[in-house]
Amino acid sequence: MARAFDKTTDRAGSWLSWLVSDDPPGRVTLNALMLAILAALALAPFLFPGTKALGVSSRICIFVILVASYDLMLGYTGIVSFAHTMFFGIGAYGVAIMLAKGWVGWGAVILGAAAGAAVSLAVATAIGILSLRLRTIFFSMITLALASFAQIVAEQWRDLTGGEDGLTFSVPAILRPSFRLLPHPVMGVIINGPVITYYMTFIAALALFLIMLRIVNSPLGLVLRAIRDNEFRVEAMGYQVVAYRTLICVLSAVMASLAGALMALALRYNGPDVTLSFSLMVDILLMVVIGGMGSLYGAVVGSIVVVLAQYYLQNMLGGISDALAGMPLLSALFHPDRWLLWLGILFVLIVTFLPQGIVGRLRRRR
Amino acid sequence: MSENWRDRLQRCAPYALAPLVILAALPAIGPGPWATLTLAGLTMGVMLFLVASGLTLIFGLMDVLNFAHAAFVTVGAYVAVSVLRPLAGWTAAQSLTLNLIALLVALIAAAAASGALGFVFERLIIRQVYGAPLRQILITIGGLTVIEQLVIVIWGPQAIPLPRPASLRGSVFFGSSSIETYRLVALCVGLSVAVAMQLFLTRTRLGLVVRAGVENREMIQALGYNIRRVFVGVFMAGTALAGMGGMMWGQYQAVVGSQIGDSMTILVFIILIIGGLGSVSGCFIGAILVGLTSNYVDFLAPKLALGSNVLLMALILLWQPRGLLPISEQ
Amino acid sequence: MIGAGDTLLRLDGVYTDIGRYRILHGVDLAVRRGRVTMLLGRNGAGKTTTLRTIMGLWRARRGDIVFDGQAITAMQTPRIARLGIAYVPENMGIFGRLTVRENLFLATAPRGFAQQDLDRVLESFPALKLKWDCAAGSLSGGQKQMLAIGRAIVEQRRLLLVDEPTKGLSPAMVDQLAAALLQLKSEQTSILLVEQNFQVAEAVGDDVAVIDEGRIIHTGDMAMLAADEALQHRLLGLSMATAL
Repeated sequence: MARAFDKTTDRAGSWLSWLVSDDPPGRVTLNALMLAILAALALAPFLFPGTKALGVSSRICIFVILVASYDLMLGYTGIVSFAHTMFFGIGAYGVAIMLAKGWVGWGAVILGAAAGAAVSLAVATAIGILSLRLRTIFFSMITLALASFAQIVAEQWRDLTGGEDGLTFSVPAILRPSFRLLPHPVMGVIINGPVITYYMTFIAALALFLIMLRIVNSPLGLVLRAIRDNEFRVEAMGYQVVAYRTLICVLSAVMASLAGALMALALRYNGPDVTLSFSLMVDILLMVVIGGMGSLYGAVVGSIVVVLAQYYLQNMLGGISDALAGMPLLSALFHPDRWLLWLGILFVLIVTFLPQGIVGRLRRRR
Repeated sequence: MSENWRDRLQRCAPYALAPLVILAALPAIGPGPWATLTLAGLTMGVMLFLVASGLTLIFGLMDVLNFAHAAFVTVGAYVAVSVLRPLAGWTAAQSLTLNLIALLVALIAAAAASGALGFVFERLIIRQVYGAPLRQILITIGGLTVIEQLVIVIWGPQAIPLPRPASLRGSVFFGSSSIETYRLVALCVGLSVAVAMQLFLTRTRLGLVVRAGVENREMIQALGYNIRRVFVGVFMAGTALAGMGGMMWGQYQAVVGSQIGDSMTILVFIILIIGGLGSVSGCFIGAILVGLTSNYVDFLAPKLALGSNVLLMALILLWQPRGLLPISEQ
Repeated sequence: MIGAGDTLLRLDGVYTDIGRYRILHGVDLAVRRGRVTMLLGRNGAGKTTTLRTIMGLWRARRGDIVFDGQAITAMQTPRIARLGIAYVPENMGIFGRLTVRENLFLATAPRGFAQQDLDRVLESFPALKLKWDCAAGSLSGGQKQMLAIGRAIVEQRRLLLVDEPTKGLSPAMVDQLAAALLQLKSEQTSILLVEQNFQVAEAVGDDVAVIDEGRIIHTGDMAMLAADEALQHRLLGLSMATAL
């Protein structure tokens, strides 16, 4: 009996290992944390009812992919690019334009996402090849210029992108708020369009995350880490560094693009401010650093910390600010709109004292 | 080894770019608006140069890319606002002298404030990240965020108007073209600073050390110069220049908002890329080109205006992948 | 034999790492006052690394470097330079965008140019006079090398560290360079010279140290080594006497 149980757990364990590509979080605390997060996200509509909470959870799922894909370049390969938001935007606009200008249906969604991914692939290939001839800093600056250019194009090309106002569109029927899957609520929650959208986002994000885990634990991942640590040596060993860097740029870009497609569907809207702004890029950097570079689980932790801070830190600050109403300068310091100040300070502190981020720190205590 | 004509042409070409662009624009635009636009372009270019030159020197000498540079631009602009408030009497007066003195005071205050902040920034933040490009980028972006938010805490989230001094509000007329008086003043101020910088770099020993250090940091140390001590000075000078640029830009636009530094950032980066990282003369050419391009294109094809500088950058990179006047690799 | 008082520079068991690679594996070297010490060896043996370690550009992981009785192992490069050690690197290290005049000016701390300084340099390298106000980057290879050495001698130094000065120079230039080095020796300047050109080594060197794979495998008299072809073969691979 016991042996049969062992065998089942063994098989389940090995299947689980395969799922996470033999790269589990590691430490017990971290494992527990990750499982808790997974459970929380899986049951989000039931644990945290309400539109706002659902929006936050949705945002977390999407950002996990966005940040993890960025970490593929930054943490695993050592490439600093500011063009990530550009791919996010391309994916989002792909779906948005298709649904706004074309027809409303799953075909359009898939076509839009695929088109976005294809464009991202092309652009990322060009960028990857470009990275050959340029030093780190020069390359970063050029990606910044490119991202800015993309934002300008999106804002100016009204006919295609809706300009600064963006595009609002209808989504396939089951994703709409008015849709009801079941007539009566389950555990107190009505299974409507937004809930279904959330689960679509969650499952897609989970799948993409597991795919990325597989990538970093494949031979490709090993080469990438070697490139980050000592490019010359890798080149000397006969590997075409340019090819690998281009490959990871492309993978990263396509992932970001798909995340963008999910974002567009979740919001039923897309605009330059949502997906292409520099402040979004700063957010991504915040998440990568706080969570921990070079670890996909870090992306999870970082996304949660920053997204929750964005939404709920403001309430906390508001309370403090009101309490300090008598002293105008102090009160302004804790004004809810200044959440970015505190996050920025946290960011600087983490880069200084905790460069491996939260996950890195948790993993280290061996 | 003598230079043949082809090499010489290649070497002089970058210097000829700006004049060529100016000449080419004349038939495209027509003499009337051409003078106005050219001057506007040169003025904008000179102001951008102030901001960009600091950044390129810092990078050239210390290999530090200060993503927080925009913050010093913003601080300079806001400090100028605060300084000009009690001097409102002088700026409202019709006297050119009083106006100019007020502006000068504001300029010096902006430079001093940004320079002082630069000193603190270098000690606290930059010092930790020499030689680590990734951490530099991250920590300076963090610093940028924090400083800009603090500016909002101190001065409030609303944009603050910064009207031009009374005697500088009008325009001067040359034939069929009008040129805003303030632009002329800004151009003169900017050029003076640029000339002063050039004199410092070429005529003083310290300037010589900086130029040598930009080319080859190891060698200047091997000659006995403690370049680390020079770093702080250069960093402060760079941020002070940024502050000056911020003040002038704010005055130029007659309004100062918390995004004033950020709006310049992308142009400054483009200028650095065009000119070649670390090269002050390249930076000057780049700044002038960007200023001219922005103004000409805004007139000829407004829709392309914002993106035109990126295209300019792309074109120049195709010709010279490392910028117009790159510093040779160490 | 080398007397203790004669030694200007001594390296004792110096280990240097670059990144994860160990380049110097316990180098023991002595440079005698007023003499030219040759540092010979194959490519990649650690000659340049030794010079750079002395100069403080790379830090010695272990061991001691003593200059005229003073420990300079952990000293910063600028301070080492101000003790009177000049470094002429393999790539010459001249500042291409500065003029010849400015390059030399930088080497004269703080009082600036004095006539005798100029005379010394221009006497050894008259060609520099023609290019006085030209950008150093526009000079020919030989002229750059002259400038690099000129910069090292414009003020009286106690020790020169010179890395492959004759590389890529025409025979005439090589002779001019060798003459300049001999002139320096006559002025009591000590030199640690890395050179691939055996004839120059022979003409100029007094003492010799041969380094291989980060260790000194031979020290002694230059004249003796020059006379012993079999020894040369053994230490340096093919006979370097044929190198020009």
